[in-house]
Amino acid sequence: MTSLLYELEQVKQVYGSRTVLSIPALQISRGEIFALIGPSGAGKSTLLRLLALLEAPSSGSLRLHLDDRIVTCEDATLEDRRRVAMVFQRPVLLSRSVRQNIAYGLRLRGKRDSREQVEAMLERVSMLPLADARPHTLSGGEVQRVSLARAMILEPDILLLDEPTANLDRYNVSTIEALIRDQHARQGTTIILITHNIFQARRLATRMALLLDGELVEVGPTETLCERPQDPRTAAFVSGDLVY
Amino acid sequence: MALAMIIGIPLGIWLALRHFPGRRLLTALIYTGMGLPPVVVGLFVFLMLSRSGPFGDLGWLFTMNAMIVAQTIIATPLIIGVTMSSVQSVDPSLRMQLRALGASRWQASWAQLYEARFGVLVGLVIGFGSIISEVGAVMLVGGNIEGRTRVLTTAIVLETRKGSFDFALALGIILLLIAFVMNMAVVAIQARTGSDSQ
Repeated sequence: MTSLLYELEQVKQVYGSRTVLSIPALQISRGEIFALIGPSGAGKSTLLRLLALLEAPSSGSLRLHLDDRIVTCEDATLEDRRRVAMVFQRPVLLSRSVRQNIAYGLRLRGKRDSREQVEAMLERVSMLPLADARPHTLSGGEVQRVSLARAMILEPDILLLDEPTANLDRYNVSTIEALIRDQHARQGTTIILITHNIFQARRLATRMALLLDGELVEVGPTETLCERPQDPRTAAFVSGDLVY
Repeated sequence: MALAMIIGIPLGIWLALRHFPGRRLLTALIYTGMGLPPVVVGLFVFLMLSRSGPFGDLGWLFTMNAMIVAQTIIATPLIIGVTMSSVQSVDPSLRMQLRALGASRWQASWAQLYEARFGVLVGLVIGFGSIISEVGAVMLVGGNIEGRTRVLTTAIVLETRKGSFDFALALGIILLLIAFVMNMAVVAIQARTGSDSQ
């Protein structure tokens, strides 16, 4: 049984005089893999930062249903925020070893005796041989795997992924997609993923939403949006006709 | 030096991370402070601490306290300025990424400072260098009194004036050695913290 996790109503995000995001209504359920698709500059990353409670919307309401409470960006405690983890499109690692980077979030939470947990995660993301390597010696795919590992090790309720496979080769794309599926299967983590790759959205997500120029065009089950889109812009995007 | 460090590092971090009205003006003032002529600082502190000055009652003129005040004024802007630019040079996206992993504001600031550690250490080296090489201000406010306010630099000036060039040179070498040992310690710390991440 699914339950409501995020509830957005009349959410707008304005930077200066520019409205970068406008969402009349959007709901995301607990335990689903939800894809945000759309071209660059559509407002996908802005929406993800709002969902991560890193920014408050300029207007409207974004409510996160946690247990028996509803929290917003303004009243979320550090503990509430720690139930959400986000992986960025261009990850920045700390100038420490891969092992220390993966353990970072656990240390923040006071879990210092986490060696076994870190070793298991290193193994899971195939980074054990590079456990003591420094970030500047890693390839793009390796950096992205470390970034994913440092978020997954926290066992968050919600995992937000901003273009986790952008600019990666097929091997790394397939590895990261397998890790995402594995995380979802193991812990039932709600995963919200940004991608401009419609095929990736189809491979991973159960539902998806199309954003264009900051506007939410259509939301629905992935297959429905791909096979029977209601909006002509969705049809153009999924067929590849809408090129930015 | 400790006082300049205690004031300078937190202020440098604060200026690097906070945006508020007047921040640019404050930054320009800090940069101006980085180039303050020490003798002008000495004159300012002298006037403040002289009997007719606002802090004359403290009786600090020609004491170590006056020298500490002057040297803190000289070194603090250097440490603030270098700390600020070092923290600002850390990838601005890092803070948000750490917050997205559950870091509190303090934890994120600490991590940013750690990432900027080499720059901050350089700031401390510059601050230390400005203090140990300083003559004008300490001479003015300390008075170069033997056994009380005479330091290596002012002693070198005195011995040179007396024509004791050998002794002045020996003091100069001692000064250089102190600076070298301190800087070697900093380099060792840099190497150790650098190797931590390997």
